[in-house]
Amino acid sequence: MGIEGIGASVVRKEDRRFITGKGRYVDDIKIIGMTYAHFVRSPHAHAKIKSIDVEAAKAMPGVVDVLTGQQIVDDKVGNLICGWAIHSKDGSAMKMGAWPAMAPETVRFVGQAVAVVIAESKNLARDAAEAVVVDYEELPAAADIKAAIAPGAPQLHPEAPGNIVYDWEIGDQKAVDEAFGKAANVVSFELTNNRLVPNAMEPRAAIADYDSAEEHFTLYTTSQNPHVARLVLSAFYNIAPEHKLRVVAPDVGGGFGSKIFIYPEEMVALWASKKVGRAVKWTGDRSEAFLTDAHGRDHVSKAELAFDKDNKMLALRVTTHANFGAYMSLFSSSVPTYLYATLLSGQYNIPAIYTEVIGVYTNTTPVDAYRGAGRPEACYLLERLVETAARQLKVDPAELRRKNFITQFPHQTPVIMAYDIGDFNASLDAALKAADYAGFPARKAKAKAEGKLRGLGFSCYIEACGIAPSKAVGSLGAGVGLWESAEVRVNPVGTIEILTGSHSHGQGHETTFAQLVADRLGIPINQVSIVHGDTDKVQFGMGTYGSRSAAVGMSAIFKAMEKVEAKAKKIAAHQLEASEGDIVIENGEFKVTGTDKSIALPMVALAAYTAHNLPDGMEPGLKESAFYDPTNFTFPAGSYICELEVDPGTGKTSFVSFVAVDDFGRLINPMIVEGQVHGGLVQGIGQALLENAIYDDTGQLVTASFMDYAMPRADDVPSFKVSHTETLCPGNPLGVKGCGEAGAIGASAAVINAITDAIGNNKLEMPATPDRVWHAIHAA
Amino acid sequence: MSKISMTVNGKAVTAEVEDRTLLVHLLRDHLNLTGTHVGCDTSQCGACIVHIDGRAVKSCTTLVGQANGANITTIEGISKGDELHPMQAAFRDNHGLQCGYCTPGMIMSAIDIVHRHGGDLDEETVRQELEGNICRCTGYHNIVKSVLDAASRMKVAQAAE
Ligand code: FES
Ligand code: FES
Repeated sequence: MGIEGIGASVVRKEDRRFITGKGRYVDDIKIIGMTYAHFVRSPHAHAKIKSIDVEAAKAMPGVVDVLTGQQIVDDKVGNLICGWAIHSKDGSAMKMGAWPAMAPETVRFVGQAVAVVIAESKNLARDAAEAVVVDYEELPAAADIKAAIAPGAPQLHPEAPGNIVYDWEIGDQKAVDEAFGKAANVVSFELTNNRLVPNAMEPRAAIADYDSAEEHFTLYTTSQNPHVARLVLSAFYNIAPEHKLRVVAPDVGGGFGSKIFIYPEEMVALWASKKVGRAVKWTGDRSEAFLTDAHGRDHVSKAELAFDKDNKMLALRVTTHANFGAYMSLFSSSVPTYLYATLLSGQYNIPAIYTEVIGVYTNTTPVDAYRGAGRPEACYLLERLVETAARQLKVDPAELRRKNFITQFPHQTPVIMAYDIGDFNASLDAALKAADYAGFPARKAKAKAEGKLRGLGFSCYIEACGIAPSKAVGSLGAGVGLWESAEVRVNPVGTIEILTGSHSHGQGHETTFAQLVADRLGIPINQVSIVHGDTDKVQFGMGTYGSRSAAVGMSAIFKAMEKVEAKAKKIAAHQLEASEGDIVIENGEFKVTGTDKSIALPMVALAAYTAHNLPDGMEPGLKESAFYDPTNFTFPAGSYICELEVDPGTGKTSFVSFVAVDDFGRLINPMIVEGQVHGGLVQGIGQALLENAIYDDTGQLVTASFMDYAMPRADDVPSFKVSHTETLCPGNPLGVKGCGEAGAIGASAAVINAITDAIGNNKLEMPATPDRVWHAIHAA
Repeated sequence: MSKISMTVNGKAVTAEVEDRTLLVHLLRDHLNLTGTHVGCDTSQCGACIVHIDGRAVKSCTTLVGQANGANITTIEGISKGDELHPMQAAFRDNHGLQCGYCTPGMIMSAIDIVHRHGGDLDEETVRQELEGNICRCTGYHNIVKSVLDAASRMKVAQAAE
């Protein structure tokens, strides 16, 4: 244990460089002779490219070259791929259109790159991009789901008739129909899950450096998973074989999913670097981020929930249309299917569930995983439905939930997931207490007397994290395994390096991973360093997303540590002339139990490397690696309660309190865990109240800057009451579940349930802007 | 092209730059002070905030010419050697940062807030004053805590001087 071990709120080791301005993000890196890329992007949502004239731009000062989409196709750089194969209910494979890194013939969303200028400075590249003349023939555009599936809609890809990528289903339709036939009450609902722009504060960036003598590329890029990037760039895009491509993801300024994917810009930078024989840097600006970072959410759903006469849930039926944008991004296909529909049982015992998901192409930016990825959509749908049911059935929303909670574990849902453990009553009870639920009616009455509408809303979420057992995801169509790797290197003087396939872009791995080592060996965390984000240093690993770094990444470190400790104990026993079984590790020392004999870790390490006196047959050195493949998903769950007031005169919402009680299993560093919850909550609140990516009918993104897209600011959100309950995850050695996404999954339903409670009108979509709330009040 | 001279973190600096050069680019590209960041192109996010003659200013919206002759302090210039500025220490101690990208701008902005309000800050004022700084990671909870903590540390430090 110790003051820096598991469970200690240790301040972060990595912070010093960030608070002193010494962080090293991609755009901070300079390479001698580096050139700068600026992309020429389509102003149209759908158009044919009739011609591109680059001559004037090429003649401008400082321009090194101007390259077009046709050239990248001619050079046989591969099209972008989608890595998860989904099949429609008729058994047919999903229908994907081709996505070249720069469009040679047809553009399908505003912002799609058609050409790139390489110049001596950023400004010169930008100037020259203005001089590239592209002659477009505009085509009609389908800017949203409704327009794309309407009869006679413009067709995006010849491969996908009717703009339908797939029509997928899960669950037992017959059982659901039968249950609805017997139902005493049915609650139904139509709702939209609004489209969001991830907006990590660091825009995406890439520096590609080609070494012609070695035929070797180095790519510095804003990635959550550098090895996956290298794999995809090598195996599918034909940039270079893996051993000739090094991918480095240094400090990365937030990801939230948007930096999982391999985007056209990195591919083009690599390809261009070889073509011009110089290093090429591209740094996106915020406008490019709005137009080209994969967006999130964007569902339209119909849902019905059937109850028996005792208010027990009988069945759930859902139809969801999911917007994929103009192309299938890397993991997009899995988001509204296996990351969404499989969580629709929530915390409830629902005997039968049937869900149909129709994936749709539109002339908009591609959509993929954004913090929570499918699970926020599932939670929002179900929790609004349950709250609506409580109002319709005239029962207390907490009691209706409690009546239907799953209480026996393991629990097999009708939609694949087998929940391993949880205690949903415990988190609800703790939340009710923290929110002083009993005192709410009095507070509501007092607010009413003051002319304010007060409301309280619940959200009891569950998510599947620790993504994921490789065999399971393989059988569901994933193109990769989702294990993690780790290597533990004990240096000859006893300091330790942990090399991990996980990647930290704000999560604090340099601290929490070191805490695990400190916990096991009893050494201070400053004797441990964490190495990540460089394919030349770290063995193949899968990266960070889906709240997997503790449950999967740290479990791999745990396994490697066990191997290191076993060998170190053998060495210590040999040195101390004791039996291996009597050696215990305490405070950085290997001790013989029941004696005062001990040897310190540095001496054991030194013995391993001098190899002067090792047990017979033992190899020198003290370094082990491990791969950990999870046996199940983990299931973080919790209860959120939001209390707020609405001003009936303006429709403006003000928070009174926000309570979050989460069960993440064992906490490694509670301070960091709470920080993750805060950040997630504000993204969920942002979705509920502020954020909305709006396209007009012609496919122009109307909200393409921070002036038009309402990011949550400090004065839009409250401080939070965050606490925890604990059931230890049985599926991994640490008992951890993952905490990165919970807030973003659970918060939005709690906010909307509170507003609809306050105003007495359930017809309200996100974001609940004052304008929408005011209209909902006055329509009621 | 123009020749400019200014003081940056206590050092005299001269440079010959294009007239359209923004202060943030001078700092990052010419002076290699990459702690000041760029998070947007509409002067909204505050990742680029530095002090010009003691006041917090968005360096992405300042032409170099406007800062000619001025005294500039960036995130690299606020600690005294190894000793962190109280605002830096408060951000670390209260977990006021995650990815660290918004952090330099937050810290520079927060120092200015405390200077303008003295130690008399409350949560609501801090939240309103941070309106020009966007953080996507922390949900602001711990940033607000950091600023309030630093405000009292700075008050104590001032009283001791
Ligand atoms: S970069 Fe200056 S305000 Fe965003
Ligand atoms: S800490 Fe990442 S944007 Fe603020």
